[in-house]
Amino acid sequence: MARAVVTLPAQAKRGEIIEIKTLAQHAMETGFRRTQLGELIPRDIIRRFTCTYNGTEVYRVDLHPAMSANPLIAFTTVATESGTLSFQWVGDNGYTVTEIASIRVE
Amino acid sequence: MITRREFLVLTAASVAVPAAVNAQVDPNLVANREAAFRDAMRRIVGDAQVRRGRVKLQLPPLIDNGNSVPLSVAVESPMTDADHVKAIHVLTEKNPLPDVVSVRLSPRAGRAGLATRVRLADTQTVTAIAQMSDGSFWSDSAEVVVTLSACLEEGLI
Repeated sequence: MARAVVTLPAQAKRGEIIEIKTLAQHAMETGFRRTQLGELIPRDIIRRFTCTYNGTEVYRVDLHPAMSANPLIAFTTVATESGTLSFQWVGDNGYTVTEIASIRVE
Repeated sequence: MITRREFLVLTAASVAVPAAVNAQVDPNLVANREAAFRDAMRRIVGDAQVRRGRVKLQLPPLIDNGNSVPLSVAVESPMTDADHVKAIHVLTEKNPLPDVVSVRLSPRAGRAGLATRVRLADTQTVTAIAQMSDGSFWSDSAEVVVTLSACLEEGLI
């Protein structure tokens, strides 16, 4: 059901700035749209994205209804040490998706 | 100009009778949006002064489809412990809600930036604000023309 894609380099030099692209599958229903009968469609969005690098939070995003469906978030981080990066999306109606990627730093 | 009291009365009224008002555009729409934008700005910045510069906001000047607009923000900063960007906020003037996205970051980000895709409801000005570790605020704005709105149902004018 809920899916997410993360791209980042598999290995990097120590201190190098790496680019990370993340894409989550989500309709990001704004809460402003109506059905043909005029009823408001309730809001259902991803509210927060966090990236943690070996347990340390390095990047956090608060999302609002003005984010497009299937929100793309591209950012950078410093490759400090080998380990795992964990990406988490949390949203309305109990939406939670976690992706884990590993990186080798030389 | 709209006073706080007028704003509260208008807001309460629009909440109380949505069914009747839905059929037509709220005459106070523009004023309400401006007030919402000012409130959002004050919530982020407080009483601090916002200077132009250091922030680069990139958006296409002409947008066919407001549902998915590529947006990127880059802030000039050495990103050291002593001098780095703490937060980046993106606001719009004419979307139903002024907030678009807020980012919290630390020196671990390496470069202060964000690339994403947003929804834009109307031809308007988009503003990006960066909060530095020394407490100063810097901003950049971009004017965009939107031909197909992200929320046609809203009756935006």
